[in-house]
Amino acid sequence: MSDTLPTHMRPDRSFQGLILTLQRFWADYGCAILQPYDMEVGAGTFHPATTLRALGPKPWRAAYVQPSRRPKDGRYGENPNRMQHYYQFQVILKPNPPNLQELYLDSLRAIGVDLGLHDVRFVEDDWESPTLGAWGLGWECWCDGMEVSQFTYFQQVAGFECHPVSGELTYGLERLAMYVQGVENVYDLNFNGREGDEKLTYGDVFKQAEEEYSRHNFEYADTEILFQRFRDAEKECFALLEKGQPLAGSNDQRHRMALPAYDQCIKASHAFNLLDARGVISVQERQSYILRVRELAKACGAAWLETAAGGKN
Amino acid sequence: MPDLLLELFSEEIPARMQRKAAEDLKKLVTDAIVEAGLHYEGAKAFSTPRRLALTVTGVPTHSAATREERKGPKVGAPDAAIQGFLRGAGLASIDQAHVHYDPKKGDFYVAHIEKPGRDTKDVIAEAIPAIIRSFPWPKSMHWGTGRLNWVRPLHTILCTFGPETEEPEVIDFEIEGIRSGNTTRGHRFMAPDVFTVKRFDDYADKLEKAKVVLDADRRKDIILHDARDSVFALGLELVEDEGLLEEVAGLVEWPVVLVGSFEEEFLKIPPEVIRATIRANQKCFVVRKPGTNELANRFVLVSNIEASDGGKAISAGNSRVIRARLSDAKFFYETDLRAPLESRLPKFKDIIFHEKLGTQAERIERIEKLAAEIAPLVGADVDKAKRAARLAKMDLVTEVVGEFPEVQGLMGKYYALAQGEDASVATAIEDHYKPQGPADRVPADPVAIAVALADKLDTMVGFWAIDEKPTGSKDPFALRRAALGIIRIILSVPVTLRLGAAILKALDGFFDKDEAAALARFEEKQLAVSAQDVDGEQDLDNALEAYGHEFRRNLRTRSSALIADLLAFFADRLKVQLREQGARHDLVDAVYALGDQDDLLLIVRRVEALGTFLDTEDGQNLLAGYRRAANILKAEEKKGESFEGEIDAAQLVLPEEQALFVATRFARADAESAVGREDFEGAMAALARLRAPVDAFFDKVLVNAEDPAVRINRLRLLASIRTATLAVADFSKVGG
Repeated sequence: MSDTLPTHMRPDRSFQGLILTLQRFWADYGCAILQPYDMEVGAGTFHPATTLRALGPKPWRAAYVQPSRRPKDGRYGENPNRMQHYYQFQVILKPNPPNLQELYLDSLRAIGVDLGLHDVRFVEDDWESPTLGAWGLGWECWCDGMEVSQFTYFQQVAGFECHPVSGELTYGLERLAMYVQGVENVYDLNFNGREGDEKLTYGDVFKQAEEEYSRHNFEYADTEILFQRFRDAEKECFALLEKGQPLAGSNDQRHRMALPAYDQCIKASHAFNLLDARGVISVQERQSYILRVRELAKACGAAWLETAAGGKN
Repeated sequence: MPDLLLELFSEEIPARMQRKAAEDLKKLVTDAIVEAGLHYEGAKAFSTPRRLALTVTGVPTHSAATREERKGPKVGAPDAAIQGFLRGAGLASIDQAHVHYDPKKGDFYVAHIEKPGRDTKDVIAEAIPAIIRSFPWPKSMHWGTGRLNWVRPLHTILCTFGPETEEPEVIDFEIEGIRSGNTTRGHRFMAPDVFTVKRFDDYADKLEKAKVVLDADRRKDIILHDARDSVFALGLELVEDEGLLEEVAGLVEWPVVLVGSFEEEFLKIPPEVIRATIRANQKCFVVRKPGTNELANRFVLVSNIEASDGGKAISAGNSRVIRARLSDAKFFYETDLRAPLESRLPKFKDIIFHEKLGTQAERIERIEKLAAEIAPLVGADVDKAKRAARLAKMDLVTEVVGEFPEVQGLMGKYYALAQGEDASVATAIEDHYKPQGPADRVPADPVAIAVALADKLDTMVGFWAIDEKPTGSKDPFALRRAALGIIRIILSVPVTLRLGAAILKALDGFFDKDEAAALARFEEKQLAVSAQDVDGEQDLDNALEAYGHEFRRNLRTRSSALIADLLAFFADRLKVQLREQGARHDLVDAVYALGDQDDLLLIVRRVEALGTFLDTEDGQNLLAGYRRAANILKAEEKKGESFEGEIDAAQLVLPEEQALFVATRFARADAESAVGREDFEGAMAALARLRAPVDAFFDKVLVNAEDPAVRINRLRLLASIRTATLAVADFSKVGG
């Protein structure tokens, strides 16, 4: 496919070309190509299209880019591959097709990785998200020793066993782009595939943001407000779950507000991540905050299973 | 006879699980074969990242029919007994049982249970699905819509059975939609097509052609030899690493060894950090200059394919990743170097060592005090010991150790040397964790010894105080290892240390310095809790803190019992240790039975001297004499008499009893004074002098004399033999 593309659209020439190629590949397979969730999340897994859709019996296929925020990973734009904001490309297939590994390898071929030239390996890496009450088994996928993707068969989400099992692929887009473009510093990535004056780098787009957000995350984010935000989100989440209970006497006995409640769980999680980056959460408190977010995730998961998309008729 | 071939083909199996899984498969299948009344000549299991394979040779095609007779109750026994018998024997009614006669029992029922022979194929077809369903993976999963559990999705099962000369048959079975067959696939990238397999040699052969080396040991061999050769060609030497080799052999089906490189400047990073970086993250081997410990700027990687460019791209890619990793490591190392070690101390106030034992900062303070107490006993400079104890844990919060926990201690040493600490202090930082296991070395520098003992004693005493002792197989805080570490240090350095006193000193560290103030704070918090003006987490904190204070208050009252218990634990560990070294544990018991034994070194030396003595003729005879005396005394003491009183010299009639009287007094005094000088050989020699008079006494003297005064006196004489031996050991515990 890449041979017929104009140079600037090629996955090995531009960051956006890589994203577009992956989107085409998975769209072609039948995935719904979603847009990023419009909230701050730590990973693509937090998107309700993964977390909630992985629960319940209904088949689901989706792919999307998700900007991911990890406040603690900020390095003021000084580290060549660590950032507080980066992109993940997420694919979720429920149930996982039996040839998911082959599909994944095909997607690598699509972005120009020659599998006769490079050494692709599936190396054990079990995934666990304590805040989501989720775990799965799978691998980190190596290309010539570089971890370029995470491959997981979900076993449990929000404390519920997954059946059928979803297969989740998470591509680290910057890493992969650095690999295919042959670049050693993320900020040198060609973003738009043009050369000369028209060339836009990843640094042009994001370096200032990394500097500013690192300042914010580590130094200036108001911790009082954040603590309050955490408590508010927690309270609102439980309130929405309560108010979303089926109405008494109604024929429809499904939950009515699982999604809005889950948004509050996301908000609480991000407030916690920021507080953690600000260094105001002690070691013991840390565990208790993680447990509190997990309680929200579990309650939202339970509510989701009582909705139509969660499989309740 | 026919052979069985089985292959379970799946997605990538974690490297660390492969070997055991192959062995488990072998055991489960051969057990099932034997269980079914069959036998086999040989079995061998194999594993690659994508398959477990098993060949079982020489299995008969059928199992023989068997007949078993099972005895039942008497004819006319109660119905319940009859029914039980029928159930057990699998009979429908009593008419199916035979009646046998026995002169003792009379007529009774016997079931003749006949099992027809079975087709081996049926046995296997039944056994394998059951084995797969309950396979002992350490972690397993579901996939798709199925309910099967396997380590990763299972794709195909190959299972053939048949004699060497004929076309083998597929043993037909199905599990969760996977139907057994006679096909498999080769290498994921180089030979992905399906092919048909007959028997094992054909299987291994075709796999080899399809770029799969089936045998993990052969893959290891290939990797090791190719790695040695390729770095030798560069004038370098491979740093061999069995653990890594085993893992890497589980990551490839077709090993291709390549060499990569990184910039010379990274060699400024400590070699252990370079190795940890390259090993842990990238699963590559480091390389050194021949005959030195100096690393070279090369590494060996093992790829899974023969690449179309001969591996240039793969090697370049890996080098790039390793360069990035090393530049992270270098950054971490340089960042760490910028701040003095002790500047990290405040961080330890926020790190909980154990919720009931306070913070790491408190622990460091305790270890520092204890190391200062121990230092003079082991010939260490007190100030250096204190300094080392204070710095020993600092590297735990450095960037490098955060990234690679396995270099803890070692990094502390590097940083200490870099900031100009005394060499002994730096060594102590690295060595205070030692010895970690039976193969680990024992610290040699006195400062390191003081800190190592203090660190381990603090751990043991702390967990004893909160009653978290090891039980059975559970020892989450590795307290047995700590005890063994202390024992090994004391015995091999050697160190003269009264453990009881040392434990008491260690306990001191756990007492609250200001209990009254703490108590007041506790009560204040109790009030706050009962007024419910704090939130849930604080309640928990308060409860824990309250527990802490209570624990400290109770500790004082529990001290002596705790020390006794800990000493008994040390005694047990010492026994285990001595037994492993071939010493007689009854002798250890004989020494411990004296009571108040807490100097491990003296205990061991006494045990050794006792063992040597008891191996001599004098020792054997004295032991026999002792036993004779002890038996007579025991019999008499049962009647309620005691013979501990003074011997009346005037009542000693025969020369042999007079001689024994004098000998026991001298032997006892000499033995005690020798023990006082810690001269156990001398003490044994003193006892040896008792042998002749004891023998002569038993030879010539009748203990049960008619004159009650003479009799009592002679029994007292026997008691004095026992007392004299107690100067050295409790001979009643000596076995054999």
